[in-house]
Amino acid sequence: MTATATPTGHTGATKTMTMVAAINDALDIALAADDAVHIFGEDVGVMGGVFRATDGLQARYGEERVFDTPLAEAAIVGMGIGMSLAGLKPVAEIQFAGFLYPALDQILSHLGRYRHRTRSRYHLPMVIRAPYGGGVHTPEQHADSPEAILAHTPGVKVVIPSTPADAKGLLLSAINDPDPVFFFEAIKLYRSMKEDVPTGDYRVPIGKARMVTEGDDVTVICYGGMVEVAQKAAAAAAQAGIGVEVIDLRTLVPMDTDTIITSVAKTGRAVIVTEAPRTAGFHSEIAAVIAEEAIEHLRAPIVRVTGFDAPYPPFTAVEDVYRPNPLRVAKAIRQVMDY
Amino acid sequence: MTPDTRPAAPQPHAPAESQDTAPGYAAAQAAYDAAQQDTTMVQCLAPDGSVVREDLLPEPETRLELYRQMRRARHFDERGWVLYRQGRLGVFPPFGGMEASQVGTAAALTKDDWLFPTYRDTGAALTLGLPIARTLAYWRTSPHGWHMPADLKVLPFYIPIATQYPQAVGAALAERRQGTRNVAMAFIGDGGSSEGDFHEALNFAGALNAPCVFILQNNGWAISVPTRAQTRATDLSRRADGYGIPGVRVDGNDALATYHVTREAVERARSGGGPTLIETVTYRVKPHTVADDPSRYRSEADTASWDAKDPVTRLRTHLLNAGLMTEAREAELLAEIAAEFEAALAEADSYPEPTPAEILDHVFAEPTPQLKKQRAEILAEHAAPNQKEQA
Repeated sequence: MTATATPTGHTGATKTMTMVAAINDALDIALAADDAVHIFGEDVGVMGGVFRATDGLQARYGEERVFDTPLAEAAIVGMGIGMSLAGLKPVAEIQFAGFLYPALDQILSHLGRYRHRTRSRYHLPMVIRAPYGGGVHTPEQHADSPEAILAHTPGVKVVIPSTPADAKGLLLSAINDPDPVFFFEAIKLYRSMKEDVPTGDYRVPIGKARMVTEGDDVTVICYGGMVEVAQKAAAAAAQAGIGVEVIDLRTLVPMDTDTIITSVAKTGRAVIVTEAPRTAGFHSEIAAVIAEEAIEHLRAPIVRVTGFDAPYPPFTAVEDVYRPNPLRVAKAIRQVMDY
Repeated sequence: MTPDTRPAAPQPHAPAESQDTAPGYAAAQAAYDAAQQDTTMVQCLAPDGSVVREDLLPEPETRLELYRQMRRARHFDERGWVLYRQGRLGVFPPFGGMEASQVGTAAALTKDDWLFPTYRDTGAALTLGLPIARTLAYWRTSPHGWHMPADLKVLPFYIPIATQYPQAVGAALAERRQGTRNVAMAFIGDGGSSEGDFHEALNFAGALNAPCVFILQNNGWAISVPTRAQTRATDLSRRADGYGIPGVRVDGNDALATYHVTREAVERARSGGGPTLIETVTYRVKPHTVADDPSRYRSEADTASWDAKDPVTRLRTHLLNAGLMTEAREAELLAEIAAEFEAALAEADSYPEPTPAEILDHVFAEPTPQLKKQRAEILAEHAAPNQKEQA
């Protein structure tokens, strides 16, 4: 069974969309609703973005609201900070999450600190969108999952949707959030699934996890591109009579600890799935919180199913060795059941 | 016994010829030194205070106001040293000797414009109205120094190098998109002009026609590394050429000249003409911070020649010679400035120390569950003493 978020502010009408279309719809609604919203990045204007997330928006809202920048990620983020200071709501696109690194000085030194070091005289209502993750045989350095770097940065929120409806609802919440939000979009999910997406100004609250499936035996915690992988593993486990509770975290910062702890208290077993490198990944934070707050409920050690401590491999033939697949997750589920 | 692997204490820079025999280094040094004598630099007053360019002289009241602001800045710098030695101010970067570069430029702005200062630009921030008490609190590492007045668009001092430059582009662009004539001014040093953010910002500002005025204060030193060792370029204003924007080189110890060129740049930006890079050629006669010992990397002779170019003395001589100020009026002015400072110091002294849980304030508009939990931890750990006893 699938529980959906409580929609707010929409009429009840829906339209079938891919995730990239849902993101485009959210940006369209945000631009129409608020003149302060400005979209910029590399190739987002005339071309509509390399994944077409901003397709048609420049034509609709003009070259001042939706514009191409020179190729310099530090300046894209730094300029967005300045625009926020002066009252705009910038929505910047970084072409791939793996190209975010030149901007880390702006992000770590300023984006997360501005409210704090001006005692809220200034705050930065900025959104940085970036496609992330693997599974589609991209060239080298196009499949990184750097979410833990951002989650480790005080003052910024991190949101990673796993469905078209969530992508729309969470993106509209992010754009309307008074603080900076990173919005990572799984490349694998852009066009691989469609679902009914509420029309209009649909919002999904930041900070609430989504219960994807309910079950009594194992809790699987995941987000973004790993949710469909976990769902497939859960379906296979159900065939074997194992009830798996799949939790889609949706938001890493702030994390919905209550939903995780409540589920683990029930199942007594936790598997955490991400496609990021193993050491010091966000999965480790989830594991630590479970260990701190629910260890008395655990019937088996926590298992992390993740990428490995090597750069993401571009080798098509063996990419799936690195990126968790349903078989690896199913094996982890079996492991905690058999402990 | 383990061998002593500590590096030898660095010696003051010897003349370039013996310091570095790499081909071209001596030539680069000579070219740099020659460029510092560049007579094409915009100058209004000669170092002796005599007028070089009558046509650039601002109105008399503007000249007097520039002098007043420079004296305010210098007073802050001088009192800051004393307060530091008394343990009443933390480590701060002095800027004495750079007043014309900071005051003459910032004075060309209004309170509707943005100012992005680095940690050494107290003089610029004070000129635009940053309260002295807040500035003292900032260098006392008090959160009261983080409270920025609502009617000012002076941003907190930038500690990382060059990050303020792209941000100034964003603020400037936002003003333009919102239909105002306001501009953004950002400061940087010669050291910062090696950072990528500096170059990216100049390029963005040009490409997007952002109303920015970029002030590059070439004070000769990036902590211990002289400008000539940071770059082969001898005229940093020409860095603008690479981005298709105007670059201006000005005598950074001549407040009337820095004011004149900055006014022009501000006007150009306001009227849609885009950004300008201004190199103010000045000198860091003071150490990097009050805790720095420049004798480890430079000799007294390096700074001595700049004493004769002092910006405050230069404008003072002009004002006295031109009959715009008497020594009696100056004495009154200095007394007013001292009184203003002492009142601000008393205000700063009155700011209470922060409480432990304040470190978690202002992270987000709404604290996350994690922050709420951590606040409870801090409160439990640092309960007031009487509460602790009761517990």
